[in-house]
Amino acid sequence: MKINQQDVEHVARLARLSLSPEDLKIMTGQMDAVLGYVDKLNELDTDGIEPMAHAVPMTNAFREDEITEPIGVERTLQNAPQQADNYFKVPKIIE
Amino acid sequence: MNSRYEVVIGLEVHVQLTTRTKIFCGCSTEFGQGVNSQTCPVCLGLPGALPVLNRQVVEDAIKAGLATNCQITPRSIFARKNYFYPDLPKGYQISQFELPICEHGWLDIETEELGGKRLGITRIHMEEDAGKLLHNSDNSSSVDLNRACTPLLEVVSEPDMRSSEEAIAYLKQLHQIVVYLGICDGNLDEGSFRCDANVSIRPWGQKELGTRSELKNLNSFRYIKQAIEYEVERQIDVIDAGEKVVQETRLFDPDAGVSRSMRGKEEAHDYRYFPDPDLLPVDVSADWIEQVRKSLPELSTAKLQRYQGEIGLPAYDAGVISSDRPLAEYFEAVVKHYNNPKICSNWVMGEVLGALKDKKLEISACPVTPELLAGVLIRIDDKTISGKIAKTVFEKIWQTGNTADQIIEEKGLKQVTDTGAIEAIVDEVIAANPDQVAEYRGGKEKLMGFFVGQVMKASKGKANPGMANQLLKKKL
Amino acid sequence: MKFHDLSIQEMRQKLLAGELTSIELTQQCLQRIKATDSQLNAFITVCEEEALAAAAVADQQLATGSAPLLTGIPIAVKDIFNTLDVRTTCGSKILDNYISPYDATAVAKLREQGAVIVGKLNMDEFAMGSSSENSAAGVVHNPWDLERVPGGSSGGSAAAVASGQVVATLGTDTGGSVRQPASHCGVVGLKPTYGRVSRYGVIAYASSLDQVGPVAGNVADCALMLGVVAGYDPADSTSVDCPVPDYLENLNAGVAGKKIGLPKEYFIDGLDPDIKKAVDAAIETYQQLGAEVVSVTLPHTDYSVACYYLIAMAEASSNLARYDGVRFGLRQDSGDGLIGMYQQTRSAGFGDEVKRRIMLGTYALSSGYYEAYYLKAQKVRTLIRQDFHDVFSQVDFLLTPVAPTPAFKIGEKVNDPLQMYLSDIFTIPTNLAGTCAMSLPCGFSKNELPIGLQLIGKPFAEAEILQAAYAFEQATDWNKRVPEL
Repeated sequence: MKINQQDVEHVARLARLSLSPEDLKIMTGQMDAVLGYVDKLNELDTDGIEPMAHAVPMTNAFREDEITEPIGVERTLQNAPQQADNYFKVPKIIE
Repeated sequence: MNSRYEVVIGLEVHVQLTTRTKIFCGCSTEFGQGVNSQTCPVCLGLPGALPVLNRQVVEDAIKAGLATNCQITPRSIFARKNYFYPDLPKGYQISQFELPICEHGWLDIETEELGGKRLGITRIHMEEDAGKLLHNSDNSSSVDLNRACTPLLEVVSEPDMRSSEEAIAYLKQLHQIVVYLGICDGNLDEGSFRCDANVSIRPWGQKELGTRSELKNLNSFRYIKQAIEYEVERQIDVIDAGEKVVQETRLFDPDAGVSRSMRGKEEAHDYRYFPDPDLLPVDVSADWIEQVRKSLPELSTAKLQRYQGEIGLPAYDAGVISSDRPLAEYFEAVVKHYNNPKICSNWVMGEVLGALKDKKLEISACPVTPELLAGVLIRIDDKTISGKIAKTVFEKIWQTGNTADQIIEEKGLKQVTDTGAIEAIVDEVIAANPDQVAEYRGGKEKLMGFFVGQVMKASKGKANPGMANQLLKKKL
Repeated sequence: MKFHDLSIQEMRQKLLAGELTSIELTQQCLQRIKATDSQLNAFITVCEEEALAAAAVADQQLATGSAPLLTGIPIAVKDIFNTLDVRTTCGSKILDNYISPYDATAVAKLREQGAVIVGKLNMDEFAMGSSSENSAAGVVHNPWDLERVPGGSSGGSAAAVASGQVVATLGTDTGGSVRQPASHCGVVGLKPTYGRVSRYGVIAYASSLDQVGPVAGNVADCALMLGVVAGYDPADSTSVDCPVPDYLENLNAGVAGKKIGLPKEYFIDGLDPDIKKAVDAAIETYQQLGAEVVSVTLPHTDYSVACYYLIAMAEASSNLARYDGVRFGLRQDSGDGLIGMYQQTRSAGFGDEVKRRIMLGTYALSSGYYEAYYLKAQKVRTLIRQDFHDVFSQVDFLLTPVAPTPAFKIGEKVNDPLQMYLSDIFTIPTNLAGTCAMSLPCGFSKNELPIGLQLIGKPFAEAEILQAAYAFEQATDWNKRVPEL
């Protein structure tokens, strides 16, 4: 086993997903199968190989410090599930 | 200083940059605009939007790095810091992790207790700010994303500070530097310069660091001092009670003067940093660094040294004038027109700062420009006016914006240097004060001051005091 | 009318000649969609009103003679593209009610050229899938066999062209999502070099792999569409500032003297015999056309699926964090605080495959596993790119199958995610290497399912593979066959 249900529960918390006990079981099995498969990368010796973060090796894409038009409050809030006084509203953060 | 424990402090300072636009989009960074009005798909984290880096942010970071003796990383990388919070639109903050733009710097500070000390700067990195969250009474919170994506530099110090005084000295110096560089407005109230402090204690002589707590929400130098001192006492109490300090984040409440644990929020923090695939590496060439280095203003510490050494100001004057860049620039502009630094500094620190304080103005709004002020000083120097008349002239310039020469001409304030005219006044004064003349001649030489005063009064201040003095001596 | 009958250029000629108006064309297009989409489910949203309004504007432009390349021609885009004031769902329940406040750059470019956007095409949720079965809007059906999948994730984009609903579409390709459905539906699809087309406004799945690609009924239309959307975009830091050639200009340059590589890792034992036969025949055709064929090796091919899924899932786990019920999209809240709202929203809004990939990606980036999984995969990616670099010093382009089997049955692989992932083996490596590739029809299986041929070109050599594809298309008639609907 590459991963157990507790690990999967922890990952679900990090990802802000809640899984029913049954889903958790299925998810654990499927994740385990995929993680078992990707283990094959360890057959390769990658010592001294640079990791590749971008498909095209480029650097320094900049914009100049010039103001562009904002989209406006109305468009900003047009899809908001809940809003009041031009703010997005969210449930209280329970610490 | 505690006799049993050594205090160890490291600081993380968030410096909000004064760029016109946000770090990854063209929205304005102006403070105090309508709620959610300075937003676009990028800073709202809308599906499909992509960040593009503001070049000015990189320049500002290089400036900060050079001014704090850092090495500039030839290739730095943006990374995503993943966590969920309603003020963080994308569910990750774009920051730098493994390869920040600046590393290995230091600042020298002076404290009364210890004298000079060098404090290490671990790194400076570029990142985006989060939005603002308001907590409502009805079990909800409100989110304003105007501030989201505003550029920040995070300056992380080594845990080199051993007292709250050192921490404050470091912060004040860092504050002065970023304001001097013109990359931050330094406004603590508006959150332009924010500080988190990592505080731990350990028995004297112990090598390894104690468990630290992270103090957040410190937005004034006074609170920082209070919060650190409160935390040191708290940790001593914990250890003395036979318990262990827990690693945690604590929020300082300035009204109550205490800090409170935010342990709830600590739940499983795993930021899952990885290089942001939407942004390219930032390469800073030696040429670019040189170009920025050349554009750096002379910093306060260098000015202080130069004022004391090369131009010979007293330490106090040099300290006051160099502490504020606009003031120093004002002073230097006056000296450029009238090359007597000591007299210039007397006037800047006396008349100019006095009048500004009265009127509650910043030096940048001073109606008497350096050139106008120098015009007054030149006329004192060439004896056109006396120092006393000069103060009147200064006031008139403040009110009208006219030059010293215009005012002297218009008001007839030109000093009288015509021997005949002064002689006539001297004769009048001698004739009018026979008793004093007798006393003077009887050996009471102190009365010379009285006679000069009378001559000045009779001439409405315009007589050259030196000439009056000479003529009086001769006649008496 | 079915849109197989005319190419984009033929439509343009008729529009310019006044034989056809854009309104007529658009109405016919909308009718065809109405007539066929109950069977196919290729569209998530049809923009009838907006399309007819755009067509009216196009007709005015045509009348005045100032009509750019796509003026008045009905085009549809995958629902992954943001379209101003139009619902943009990305095949997900979490964006079910999302009205975009902006246009993706590629969509803006289509509009600049006068295209009439008729609707948004169905897809696997967040482009995660190889079958277009993972959509909140329901399964897409293959026009050649309604019981089979059209491929994915741009299944709607391929099915709509194959069935003659529209003449051309835009899809996106992260691990084969344009080429594999094009292959399964018997149409032409191209994945440009990473950075060739702006990703701005394209809802991100895996940012370092995603690329916009056109789907069309023939090579020339595909080339024309690529020319419209390609080019540097200052709003996408990863878009490349290099000139866009006129892809139509030398389309008939032929392949005489070209050296074609056959990577031996792509011609494996498990390959479906019908596919092998069709691809072998294609190789022969190329030889007849004067190309030289040599065997080459891409030694790290076998690691590409593992490498791809780790990178794609890790990036996806982060890209999909913004769907949190705060600023847009679905919110589910039973009143137990913020974290509860997050969990309920995301659990209700995402489908199983998306959740699976978020979970795997989160795990691959999490503390203690980052180096073993994500960093390792990035290093293997370097090796895979090097394979292509080496091989392109020997040959002009590569020829391979697109998929190991023709379109499979709906439901066949839903419960075995790993098997589904493995079906992308021939398309994934080019996304990892960042280079360009395309799929074009090269035959049919015994049960009348289309088979696709893949041409893989050097970085930014889209013109070269388009020329090779065009030569093949001229020499064969596979693209003339259309499904009965």
